[in-house]
Amino acid sequence: MKDIVIEVNKLRKVYGDSVAVDNISFDVRKGEIFVLLGPSGSGKTTTLECLEGLRKPDGGSVKLMGLNPNYNYSNLSNLIGIQLQTSGLPGNMRVDEAMNFFCAYHKKSPRYDLLERLGFKEKMDAQYQTLSTAQHRRLSLALSIAHSPSILILDEPTADLDDQSRVELHDIIIESQKRNTTILLATHNMAEAAKLATRMAILWRGKMITAGTPLEVTATGARLAKISVRVVGSSLSKPDIKFPSVTKSLLKDEYKIYYSANPGLTVSAIIKYISKQKDELIDLRVERSLEERFMEITDNEAKK
Amino acid sequence: MKAFKNHFFFEFHTGLADKSLLVMNYLLPLGLYILMGLSMKDINPSFMEIIIPSMIVISMLISTILRLPGPFIKSRDAGIFRNYKINGVPATSIVIIPSLNTMLHTIVIAIVIIPTASLFFKAPLPDKWIAFILVFLLTAFAFTGLSVLIGALSSSSLTTMLWSQLIFIPSMVIGGFLIPSDLLPTGLGKIGILLPSTHALNLFKFYSYNQSIDYNPLWSMLILLSSGILSFGLAIYLFNWDNQNKTRRGNPLFGLFAILPYIIAAIFLP
Repeated sequence: MKDIVIEVNKLRKVYGDSVAVDNISFDVRKGEIFVLLGPSGSGKTTTLECLEGLRKPDGGSVKLMGLNPNYNYSNLSNLIGIQLQTSGLPGNMRVDEAMNFFCAYHKKSPRYDLLERLGFKEKMDAQYQTLSTAQHRRLSLALSIAHSPSILILDEPTADLDDQSRVELHDIIIESQKRNTTILLATHNMAEAAKLATRMAILWRGKMITAGTPLEVTATGARLAKISVRVVGSSLSKPDIKFPSVTKSLLKDEYKIYYSANPGLTVSAIIKYISKQKDELIDLRVERSLEERFMEITDNEAKK
Repeated sequence: MKAFKNHFFFEFHTGLADKSLLVMNYLLPLGLYILMGLSMKDINPSFMEIIIPSMIVISMLISTILRLPGPFIKSRDAGIFRNYKINGVPATSIVIIPSLNTMLHTIVIAIVIIPTASLFFKAPLPDKWIAFILVFLLTAFAFTGLSVLIGALSSSSLTTMLWSQLIFIPSMVIGGFLIPSDLLPTGLGKIGILLPSTHALNLFKFYSYNQSIDYNPLWSMLILLSSGILSFGLAIYLFNWDNQNKTRRGNPLFGLFAILPYIIAAIFLP
């Protein structure tokens, strides 16, 4: 396909005896936000680092805009923006100096406005060594997008960020997508993946378990729905009550949570039971969320 | 060019604020210079004839071979080079900019040593200034080349220190500064040919002081030049961006090609 900008084909990476990435394949089309979702150690960062030219694959191939990043990185560096999970800058480099320094290498004017937007208005002359971890991440993000790259690769971009910064960063990512930037993002945060992904892949212990749009991913599998119920009264806390199609139940905060394969049937049974018990229903929610699907997948894989 | 200029001035002004750089580039060489100037007058009076080139070469050894590789290791370990790589900073800039900065510092040291040695220690000034400057630049080129090669290839501070000391300590002992090379036993003289400082001093003595020398100066010139070119080329080609991810283009042992000119000289020079 013409509009494929990132291609990963049967990628394999091994560290000693440990297989970090095992036969992963996916592609990302122009203007998409493709999310790699998985827990720590699932192979997200290794996959990204192979795409960034920082690691050589042991098998398979990776291409960005048709080029191998391990051999053509100098041709790609102005087209790609990368935020690494861990990186550094000289301790005595100032925030504004860092922007000027890297933009000069990308042959672009420095984007001080981005620094202001990401909370550095009062910290322009602060040295890198005086910044917090969250500020390091925000600066790294600002530097990765300052040259308006065609492809943006972000590795856990919101880790360690406060809520306000996270929202700001999500807005920036969505704005970049609207400008037709292709974004590949690795995260373990399911809410983030659900919010941002055009398509996604779930990784587990180096393998790709499933891929597709968030809707496609959540609609497959056991199709369990999460039903959260809160009542005034003790009717739902009785241990012996059973509702149809419920495979698992638990108590969380003030909610009774049921996992059901047939939520319509389960909900009507719950409502009937509550009214019979003369308890007052305060809240009832049915969700078929990514979180449930992710937990289901990882539970199944862990049992293998 | 703008990027190179920015990078150069960043390294220069941050270098001035770096205490370890000030110690290694200025305090240690100048301290050693004063000590040698005061003590060698009685121990080895012939040293005073060549105190200017000797102390310049020793200062260069300290600020290049001993100091220059260290920051490479620190930057690599801190993930700075990874960040540079993904942002398109070429290995050429990372290798050449600190070298140029170090050369600037060695020029400052030379400017301090030349008049003060003449004034306080009655050291003879060079006869041929242009030759003196050219030999100075060639020496700085060869020394910084070897230093950045050590920094670019080493995976740890320990490796850096071992390689640096392997060059520095023999240079001090048998490089012709403290003991004239014609007084050294034959075997040690041969080892001396393996050291860049021996050839630097050989050139300074012949071209700018008209003194008799031990080896053909053309050989020394060729050795320093070829070793410098090989060192810079190999440092850029084999540059190690990241200790965790071995993505360099060749085996680091290829770096040993940089000392090939010295080995050839040790075999063929009488």
